[in-house]
Amino acid sequence: MNNLILLPVFIPFVAAIIGLIFRTLPVQRTLGLIGMAAATISAILLLNVVMEQDYLVLSLGAWQAPFGIVLVADLLSAIMVLISCIMGILVMLFSVQSVDNARQKTFYYPLYSMLIMGVNGAFLTGDIFNLYVWFEVMLIASFVLISLGADRAQLEGAFKYMVLNLVSSLLFLAGAGLLYAKVGTLNMADIALKLAIQPDSFLINSTAILFLISFGVKAAIFPFFFWLPASYHTPPTAISAIFAGLLTKVGVYTLMRSFTLFFNQSFEFLQDILLILAALTMLTGVLGAAAQYNIRRILSFHIISQIGYMIMGLALLTPLALAGTVFYLVHHIIVKTNLFLVGGVIEKVKGTGELSKIGGLYRALPFLALLFFIPAFSLGGIPPLSGFWAKFALVKASIDAEVFWITAVSLIVGVMTLFSMTKIWAEAFWKDAPEETENKVEPKTLKLMYAPIAIMVLMTLYLGLFGQGMFEVAERAADQLLNPEGYIQAVIPQSTEAISKL
Amino acid sequence: MKSTILDVTARLLLPWLFFTSLFILYRGHNLPGGGFIGGLVGASGFILLVMGPGLEAAKRALRVDPFSLIGVGLLLAVLSGIGGVFMGNAFMAGLWLPTFSLPLLGTVHLGTPLIFDIGVYLVVMGFTLAMIFSLSEADS
Repeated sequence: MNNLILLPVFIPFVAAIIGLIFRTLPVQRTLGLIGMAAATISAILLLNVVMEQDYLVLSLGAWQAPFGIVLVADLLSAIMVLISCIMGILVMLFSVQSVDNARQKTFYYPLYSMLIMGVNGAFLTGDIFNLYVWFEVMLIASFVLISLGADRAQLEGAFKYMVLNLVSSLLFLAGAGLLYAKVGTLNMADIALKLAIQPDSFLINSTAILFLISFGVKAAIFPFFFWLPASYHTPPTAISAIFAGLLTKVGVYTLMRSFTLFFNQSFEFLQDILLILAALTMLTGVLGAAAQYNIRRILSFHIISQIGYMIMGLALLTPLALAGTVFYLVHHIIVKTNLFLVGGVIEKVKGTGELSKIGGLYRALPFLALLFFIPAFSLGGIPPLSGFWAKFALVKASIDAEVFWITAVSLIVGVMTLFSMTKIWAEAFWKDAPEETENKVEPKTLKLMYAPIAIMVLMTLYLGLFGQGMFEVAERAADQLLNPEGYIQAVIPQSTEAISKL
Repeated sequence: MKSTILDVTARLLLPWLFFTSLFILYRGHNLPGGGFIGGLVGASGFILLVMGPGLEAAKRALRVDPFSLIGVGLLLAVLSGIGGVFMGNAFMAGLWLPTFSLPLLGTVHLGTPLIFDIGVYLVVMGFTLAMIFSLSEADS
């Protein structure tokens, strides 16, 4: 049996439970860290196995698909689980020093473990209702985390975040209900099979739009993005960093999964919508960022514009475009989390993230400047950093597909992203400090905050300089997405005959 | 307002509600009932105590912290799934004892799903009581 696939979900859960029973901070913290480390190791093993066997399927409770709930790991899932576990452990390390003790004591570590469990579950599940459950696990943990400590500003942000995400969950449930009423199954592979045998464009298109809106809210694409900049700058940095890195990407992942598996036959209709949304998402994100003067707000808007690139890759739906999207996802998760963490160090040392009130950090904290420089310019797409290769693949794919206007948009947005990053660089690091402010904490004591950032910078450098291996894996993942027969066959072995008739 | 009738009835009802909840929990595998409803009924006994004799009496009667109930319940539910793994089967695959007969209960068929249900029972009970306790703390 393939119980291995369960471990990235199971281990954080057990760590969270034991933390609930022994309610002291040292226990919760140690367990949380050990749990995340163990989950990361299991995710590495999982990726290794999936690289060899292509698909790994586990029928929970030994109830065979399509009746029971299955967990399925293909390459995309395995890559996403691994990256979420790595970010999980690094940001958790960061939060040991950065999150204040009062917040840490209110179940911070168990909640954090539950959040990672929900994210991993959403990546691995092969059942559409189960996906809804994982969304809820993730959301409930994130609702508590985002409002932990109950600042006034924080609660306002949390409220917007919560209402919009609940609406999106409802829309998703409506879409899943529509599908279930028509095809009578919740298993994702089985739905794909039934839709392939009996295409029903009316059902497919209406469900597709419901899913697009619902996952679009979670991924923060245009015009559903406004909850994100309203809430991501309010909680402690560690929390907004892990949200920024992972949560919107779950939305992107589910969009990729559902559009390649269910809706691939009526894709012409959806393609134009997706392309236009992608372009608008890129533009609004980057323009919104230009107007902001708070580090975390600027970075929040950039999440949106970067999501646009991933949607663009999905909309093009060529092997190169999808491979580019997978590579982009990995690159973006690392770089974005990294930038939020650097912003967190600045806020910790200077007490604020307002660009007008800080300056001279290049002289004061040269090492931090380096740690900011690399991910920031990777995000801007400067060769040879990872962002360049991700953007290069997508731009080339759009030229190959002869959709030149989106090429133009993506290039313009790339330049504007660079402008935003230079703005932070010039304001926070380069210009003279407005007044000589004392450091709130001695930067040398923040070793546990620097270490995760440095590791992420090394990962960015590695992806940039030796990205070939990662790109090959991304190409294989894209190949799997474009040929959903393999996925269906892995989940429902008896479907071979039905597939061959198609 | 203090009501002697409510005080006395609440104390009298507590054991009955508790045993009813256990019965509902047990019959839940194939018949209406189960851990969720059982947990609610079990919690209602303690809620009556909160409304009658007061929060302190309810806490004393429960003996343990409701949060621990949630933790232990979750742990039980998870552990019930591991049995299947050790038998070389999938996580959550059911394991069953051979059936036997008992007076009153009739044919008894015990297995890991019951352990899972006990976990659910404890989680629901713990969660409900944690909520009610902190609400009535805010009240007083």
